[in-house]
Amino acid sequence: MKKNNLKAWLYLLPAILFLGVFMVYPLIDVCFYSLEENYQSIAQTYTGVGLGNFGHVLSDPFFIQALKNTLILVAITVPVSTGISLLIALGLSSIKTLKKAFQTIYFLPYVTNTLAVGLVFMILFARTEYTDGLINALISSLGYDMVDFINGPYWAKMLVTCLYTVWIVMPFKILILTSALASVNQDYYKAAKVDGASSGRIFRKITLPMISPTVFYLVITGFIGAFKAYSDEVALFGVNLNEAGMNTIVGYVYDMLYSDKGGYPGYAAAAALILFAIVFTITYINLKFSRNKVQYM
Amino acid sequence: MKVVLENLTKCFPSRNKKGTEVIAVNNFNFEIPDGKLIGLLGPSGCGKSTTLNLISGLETPTKGKIYFGDQDVTNLPPEERGVGLVFQNYALYPHMTVEENIIFPLQNLKGAQKMSKEAMHQKAVETAKLVQLDGLMERKPKELSGGQQQRVAIARALVKIPKVLLLDEPLSNLDARLRLQTREELRRIQRETGVTTIFVTHDQEEAMSISDLIIVMKDGVVHQIGKPQDVYDEPANLFVAQFLGTPQINVFHGEVKNEKLYIGEEDVLDVPGRKDMPVWVGIRPEGFIPDADAGRMTCQMDRVEVMGRDVSVVSTHPQMTGRSIRSIVSAENKFDPDQKTVRFNLKPYKVFLFDKESEERV
Repeated sequence: MKKNNLKAWLYLLPAILFLGVFMVYPLIDVCFYSLEENYQSIAQTYTGVGLGNFGHVLSDPFFIQALKNTLILVAITVPVSTGISLLIALGLSSIKTLKKAFQTIYFLPYVTNTLAVGLVFMILFARTEYTDGLINALISSLGYDMVDFINGPYWAKMLVTCLYTVWIVMPFKILILTSALASVNQDYYKAAKVDGASSGRIFRKITLPMISPTVFYLVITGFIGAFKAYSDEVALFGVNLNEAGMNTIVGYVYDMLYSDKGGYPGYAAAAALILFAIVFTITYINLKFSRNKVQYM
Repeated sequence: MKVVLENLTKCFPSRNKKGTEVIAVNNFNFEIPDGKLIGLLGPSGCGKSTTLNLISGLETPTKGKIYFGDQDVTNLPPEERGVGLVFQNYALYPHMTVEENIIFPLQNLKGAQKMSKEAMHQKAVETAKLVQLDGLMERKPKELSGGQQQRVAIARALVKIPKVLLLDEPLSNLDARLRLQTREELRRIQRETGVTTIFVTHDQEEAMSISDLIIVMKDGVVHQIGKPQDVYDEPANLFVAQFLGTPQINVFHGEVKNEKLYIGEEDVLDVPGRKDMPVWVGIRPEGFIPDADAGRMTCQMDRVEVMGRDVSVVSTHPQMTGRSIRSIVSAENKFDPDQKTVRFNLKPYKVFLFDKESEERV
């Protein structure tokens, strides 16, 4: 028994070491950094211990902008992407011909590089001195005013960001939802059909409860993923996100550490902890709320 | 409500490379009288469940018509036919309580049939009482035993008072003791409601014990329809004779010569009026009368199995088709454990002759 235990620890050792050094230690360290005021990374000195970093971050207009952007992004993309994915998954599971082909097409964004997708979106939506871009050509052909979605007004930039995020996260959700739908026993549908339930009622009363654990999983991971958004914005608007007004919290953390104006690990740590607190709270609320709604069979 | 099937045929497209389609149900013509309990009986894969699905409307026939009473329902979707269906695995909605499961069909009613919440609750309670589920209304299906789950499924199928109740292998998921109990229960519920009920089974004993009428089918073809006892006593062909009855009927190679039935060298039975021909001889286990002195059929004794009231004599014969011959005789007959042969006379009404080619009764 004792020997077996030793063996087990031996097997776990690489993972424990790796996670300990690169995950657990930094996590703890971040907490210290966030409390050390005016930390100088070169001299490794600080002037005091307190909540000054948090105060600075929360009053920094760039952080407020990043927070606002992130919240809007989360609030729009999570429900929209989950909803559309569910519709597509329902469609996919009810067709027979070309099912495989459509499944492949819908999965393509998942295996495509984020930056490449961003570039394509930029080309589609941007309006430069050389070209109006495909989307603007479409808009003007419909008789509306053209908009620069990449360097134009805030709402236009946010719209593109949301579209991009939804598009990039959908394949995974479709995949998971399609398999969840396929795992529902067909007899339930037959029974409901014989019982005279309309298709809308079958969806609400049978399909949705049956796949609710999967939907819930996607919502939770969707929230967490959207809060961590950064690379998508870089792909669309370049590295100077503050100037574009499209920064996110993770982007802000990165800027505080590494950008031209960076070198403030204290601020970065404080911002990261604020993000952690938000994600933790949202996930906790989700869990509480879902306890009565999610059906684990 | 009587159910009439007319030239009903269902073909499925082939899944193999040859492209031959599979005929699951082949030209059914029969009438199920109103208010009866009907057993649809046959070996696995014979098209029983397909027949049930056709009647329920979950499958559409390739050819033929289905009538409920005088109404042609062939092209009606299941919800407009007024059928109740109990699935083999019950298909209870796992996230709903017993009451919610039972009420579900009522909540789907539209227009003038729409019911108030109280009326639905009332109806659910009544139906639950009928199937003896009272007191379990707040439970979830997984908190119920197999037998209780099945009763919920029956209650859900009955709550709308269907014209026809269909049950797919209703007893196969229950253990042996519960199966006996549930089949009585099924009979009682059917009697009390008077709903025309069709149930599918591969268990001939189950079908015989509770059905008013059994329909024996094989490979998509109806072989015989009749009252259980009639079908047992007068099987239409060799398949029906072999499928009904435990232990199985004993089948021998035989021949009719000069109005006598020969099995091997012995003339075992007088068959007046029969013309000479080779036949399959089917003898029910209870058709043997042991007669050590004057028995006309001689078998090689294997062993005697005591069952209390009866004994089962296991013997062999060169002309038999199975691995042994089983005969059930009264325990009052004494057998010497060392005896090499056993001699029988036969009860003429327990002996059936079948054509060697067509296997039809002659």
